Amino acid sequence: MANGQRTYRSEFLREFNKNFPLFLMALPGVVLLIAFCYLPLFGLIIAFKDVHYDVGILKSPWVGLKNFEFLFKTPDAFIITRNTLLYNFAFIVFGNLAAIATAIALSEMRARFMAKFYQSVMFLPYFLSWVVVAYMAFAFLSIDLGILNTMILPKLGLQPIAWYFETKPWPVILILANLWKYTGYNAVIYLAAITGIDPEYYEAALIDGASKWQQIKHITVPLLSPLVVVLVLLGIGRIFYADFGLFYQLPMNSGALFDVTNVIDTYVYRTLMGMNDIGMASAASFYQSIMGFILVLTSNLIVRRLDPEKALF
Amino acid sequence: MHSKSRFLQISIAAETLLHIMFWIITFACIVPLWAVISISLSDDNKIRQSGYRLWPVGLSTKSYEFVLSQGKAIWNAYGITIFVTIVGTLLCVLIVSLYAYVLYRKDFKYRKLFTFIGFFTMLINAGLVPWYIVCVNVLHLKNTIFALILPYVMNMWYVLIFRTYLSMSLPDSIIESAKIDGAGEFTTFFRIVIPLVKPGLATIALFAAITYWNDWWLPFMLIENEKLYNLQYMMYRVQQKIQYLAEIAGKLGASGIVPADLPTESARMAMAVLGMGPIVLAYPFFQRYFVKGLTIGAIKG
Repeated sequence: MANGQRTYRSEFLREFNKNFPLFLMALPGVVLLIAFCYLPLFGLIIAFKDVHYDVGILKSPWVGLKNFEFLFKTPDAFIITRNTLLYNFAFIVFGNLAAIATAIALSEMRARFMAKFYQSVMFLPYFLSWVVVAYMAFAFLSIDLGILNTMILPKLGLQPIAWYFETKPWPVILILANLWKYTGYNAVIYLAAITGIDPEYYEAALIDGASKWQQIKHITVPLLSPLVVVLVLLGIGRIFYADFGLFYQLPMNSGALFDVTNVIDTYVYRTLMGMNDIGMASAASFYQSIMGFILVLTSNLIVRRLDPEKALF
Repeated sequence: MHSKSRFLQISIAAETLLHIMFWIITFACIVPLWAVISISLSDDNKIRQSGYRLWPVGLSTKSYEFVLSQGKAIWNAYGITIFVTIVGTLLCVLIVSLYAYVLYRKDFKYRKLFTFIGFFTMLINAGLVPWYIVCVNVLHLKNTIFALILPYVMNMWYVLIFRTYLSMSLPDSIIESAKIDGAGEFTTFFRIVIPLVKPGLATIALFAAITYWNDWWLPFMLIENEKLYNLQYMMYRVQQKIQYLAEIAGKLGASGIVPADLPTESARMAMAVLGMGPIVLAYPFFQRYFVKGLTIGAIKG
C-alpha cells in the first residue's frame, strides 16, 4: 500500500516536471475554481452553526439541524419550494414546446430571408439584461402611467389594475416573460438539430406519398425527440434553481407579490441581505444545494444512458 | 441560415398563416423596446398627463440632455461597465482557452484530473450564502473593482464549448509537429494554436462580453461604493427609487423632494436606452457568431 503510494507520487512528480507548462496553463483556471466553487463548498457547514460574527464562523457554536427546523416551520419554506418547482416546470414544458414549434416552423418556411429575419428578432431579447426588461415591463405595468392602464384597458372598457399589488396576473406575466426572453435562444438549438437531419428521410417519405404534416409528425419530431429528452432532463436537473433576475427585477421586489414571486433564490437573498438572518438563509441555501445536486446527478445519469455524447460527465 | 432540399413544401396558405403568426411574435419582441425609446423621447409634463404612450408624446430630447449633462455618476458607471467588460473579457478568453487546451491534449496524462476538477463544479453549487461569505471574508472582494470581474472569469461552460471546438478544428498532428520542431508548450499555444482558432476565441469573447455588459448581480451583491456602480446596477437603483436620479445629479432638495423641472419619467427610460443601446446596435453584427457558438455547445451540452 505504502509502496504503491510512493510510486504513484514519484510518477506524479515525474509527470509534473515533464509537463510543467501544461500544469501552469491550467493553474489560473484551477485557482479561480477553488476560490469561487470549492471554498464556498466548505462554507456549507454554516447551515449547521449559529453564526456569531464577533467570534468568526469557525468558532461559532454548532446547532445541529436547528436552522432547518426554523426554516421548515415557517410557511415560507413551502411557498418558495412550490413557486420554484412549479414555475420551472412550466418553463420547461412551455419553453421547449414553444422552441420546438418555432424551430420547425422556421425550418419549413420557404421565404428563407424572412425566416432568418424572424429568428434574429426572436433572439434579441436574450441579450437584454433583466434590469432592462424590468424597465420595459414597467412601461406597460406602471399603475398610474403604464400603457396597459392608461391606453389599452380603458379602450377595452376595463378598470385599471394595480399590477404591482395584484398577485393574480403574475404567474402569467412571469411565464410570458420567460418565453419572451428565451424562446429565440432555445429555437436556435433545435434549429441546429433539424438542419442536421439527413434529407434522405424526407425523400423516402415523399416516395411513400407522405404529406408535409406526416413528414413533420413521423420524421422531424421523432428525430428531435432525443434532444428534447436531454434538454428536458437538464432542465429538471436545474429545477431547484430559479432565474433570480426574472423573479426579483420584474416584480420590482414588490412585497405584495411575494406569495407568487418569491422563489428559493430570492428568499435566500432577502433573508441574508435584508433580514441579516444568516442561519435561516444558509439553511435554505444548503437545502437548495443538496436538492440541486441530487437532481443534477440523477438527470445526468439518465442522459448518459440515453445519449452518452450529451451527458456532462 | 441553411439550404435545404425538402422536396415537399408547405402550402401557400400554411406559409401565410406562419408569416402572420411570426409577425405578431416579432411585434411582441420589438414593441417593448420601442415603448422604452418612445417614452425616453417624450416631454415629461405631457407624459404625466396622458400616461406612457407607444409614440413620443411632445417630442423632446430633454431627458437625454439631463442624463448626459447632469449625470456625472452615469458617465462614471458607463466607464466602469466598459472597463470591466474589456478586462473581464480578455482575462476570460485567456484563462478559459488555456484550460480548454489542457483538457484537449489527449497525450497529457493528468488531463482527466483537470477535467474532473472542472466538471465537479458544474455538478454541485454551494449556493449563495457560502459564496457570499467567501467573497467578502476570504477573498475581500467587497467594494473592489475585482468583485465585478473575477467571479465570471472562469466558466466551465465556455471551457466545454472551446474544448469541443478545439477537437473539431485542430488536428493532433499540428501539436505533434510543433513538438518535433522543438517548440515549447507556450510557444506552441500562442504562436500556432491561437491563430488557428480565432473564430472559436471570438465566440467565447462575445459570450463573456455580453455577460459583463449585462451584469447587475455582482454590484448588487458586493458593491456599496457608488464610484464602482456599473451601468446596469445604476439603472436598477434608479428603477428602485426615482429620487436617485435627482440625487446623483446633486439636485435633490433637503426635504427629499425632486424638483418639478427634472424630467424623471423620460430620463429613467433614457437610461435604459443608453444601457441597452450598444447591445442592440452591435447585435446584427455579432448574432451570427453567437449562433455558431451555441451550435457547437449544442453538440455537447
